[in-house]
Amino acid sequence: MKILVVDDETDIQTLFQQRFRKEIKDNLVEFVFTFSGEEALDYLSLHEHEQEAILILSDINMPGISGLDLLGQIKKRYHKPPPVVMMITAYGDGENFRIAKELGADDFLTKPLDFTLLKEKLKL
Amino acid sequence: MEAVKEKLLNETNKKFIEVSLNIIPFDIAKEFISENVMGYGTNMDETMFSFGDVREQTERQGKQLEGMEIIIKQKPVFRLISQDENTATVVEEVVGKMIIEGENRNLFIRLTSVYEFRDEKWIVVHWHASHPIAAIAGDAWNLEKWKLKNEELENKVKERTIELKKSLDELKVTQTQLIHSEKMASLGELTAGIAHEIQNPLNFVNNFSDVNTELIAEMKVEIDKGNLEEVKAIATDISDNEQKINHHGKRADAIVKGMLQHSRISRGVKEQININVLADEYLRLAYHGLRAKDKSFNATMKTDFDESIGNVEVVPQDIGRVILNLITNAFYAVTEKKKASTGSADNNLYEPTVSVSTKKKGDIVEISVKDNGNGIPQKVLNKIFQPFFTTKPTGQGTGLGLSLSYDIVKVHGGELKVETTEGEGTEFKINLHSK
Repeated sequence: MKILVVDDETDIQTLFQQRFRKEIKDNLVEFVFTFSGEEALDYLSLHEHEQEAILILSDINMPGISGLDLLGQIKKRYHKPPPVVMMITAYGDGENFRIAKELGADDFLTKPLDFTLLKEKLKL
Repeated sequence: MEAVKEKLLNETNKKFIEVSLNIIPFDIAKEFISENVMGYGTNMDETMFSFGDVREQTERQGKQLEGMEIIIKQKPVFRLISQDENTATVVEEVVGKMIIEGENRNLFIRLTSVYEFRDEKWIVVHWHASHPIAAIAGDAWNLEKWKLKNEELENKVKERTIELKKSLDELKVTQTQLIHSEKMASLGELTAGIAHEIQNPLNFVNNFSDVNTELIAEMKVEIDKGNLEEVKAIATDISDNEQKINHHGKRADAIVKGMLQHSRISRGVKEQININVLADEYLRLAYHGLRAKDKSFNATMKTDFDESIGNVEVVPQDIGRVILNLITNAFYAVTEKKKASTGSADNNLYEPTVSVSTKKKGDIVEISVKDNGNGIPQKVLNKIFQPFFTTKPTGQGTGLGLSLSYDIVKVHGGELKVETTEGEGTEFKINLHSK
């Protein structure tokens, strides 16, 4: 399984790589990291014709294209089947949750990330 | 004197008074004022040597009277007729009643007029008018009156001074309150941003600390297995993570300190600080603060920091406020433009952008905050640094941000400048001495 992580905090890469050390080593999952919405869109259009399904895990608060903009654009552009998008919202942020749901977010995670829960959701 | 001649004198005298007090039009005066008349009016400057002078003076005082009505009362005092009955000196006291600003006033005039009888008419050849000063009886030189007047004036000045001092004190208190509320308003804008900015590093601290706990457990397993290579690899990870924990801990620490600095009353102490770090910090705080308030808000932030500027000696919380204020304004400007273009074809083309940059120019460090909003209309450009001037809706802006910013930069011996193009954007530049 390929997961595209979108977050403007670059240390998120180290964190994921360590948290999923075993899973990465065992080739159960592959991570790609982009640090802005723009980068994520570029990556998606470059890899549009790849067969492997991709799961997108995106933060919301980012300068430039926000996580919500990114979600909207992905769901509009990629029709069959659109990639699964999981949004990371800040604790207690009901409004972003509602907007993301309307835009077609598939699932939600709250900050701080609960990696045990994430692994369960990913069935790893 | 014949009754007819005397009646004529009385009538002429009455007309002369009425003309002098602008009760009847001046034109009639041709009939009874001599071409080479000489007269003294009641004021120092009222010296007349011809009919023309009299006309001029009468017209001038007539304008001052416009809209006022005078009722006169004559009181004969003295009359001297020459032996040939062709010259008459008439002395009268005249009281003119008039209403000035809603109050009844009496105008006292002592009038001495000299008439000559020519061609069956009485003609004014000289007159002298004076106001009796309402003085204390027996005080020939008005000394007592002047003393009283001085005392009165002194008391008035004292009273006014007390009143003025009171207003000044009130103004000072209000000013302090306003500066405080401006500071608190900008702190409010920061709070949400601060919460977000602290949450992120704290999440990293917690996450990396959890990872390390796991890694240590794994390490123990590997030690038991005697797998030294793996143990070494895990140890390296643990050590890297410790650095991350430390880094993010310090990041949170710096944010809290910055917040405290912002809310603290400035002691005005200058410190050597890195302007790039300060500007970057406030840019992020302002951005997240606005995001927290308005979910639809979004903008691209661009930074271009000149690392060669070195440290600059400033009062950090004061210059921080200036930078924060300029950035908040820039975000406001691009948001307004975005809102205005909603629904139009331009909307998708418009990319709200705020750029913060620093540059070293000789001895000067320039901090620039630039936006691509609607710009500042030329007609308000010279008002933007005035206290209480704001273009924001009532209640949204104190109108003190730029005015305080301007003062702060001035106190630092620097300059705050603005360049703007309507429809294209605005750039504010802070110039500070690098020494």
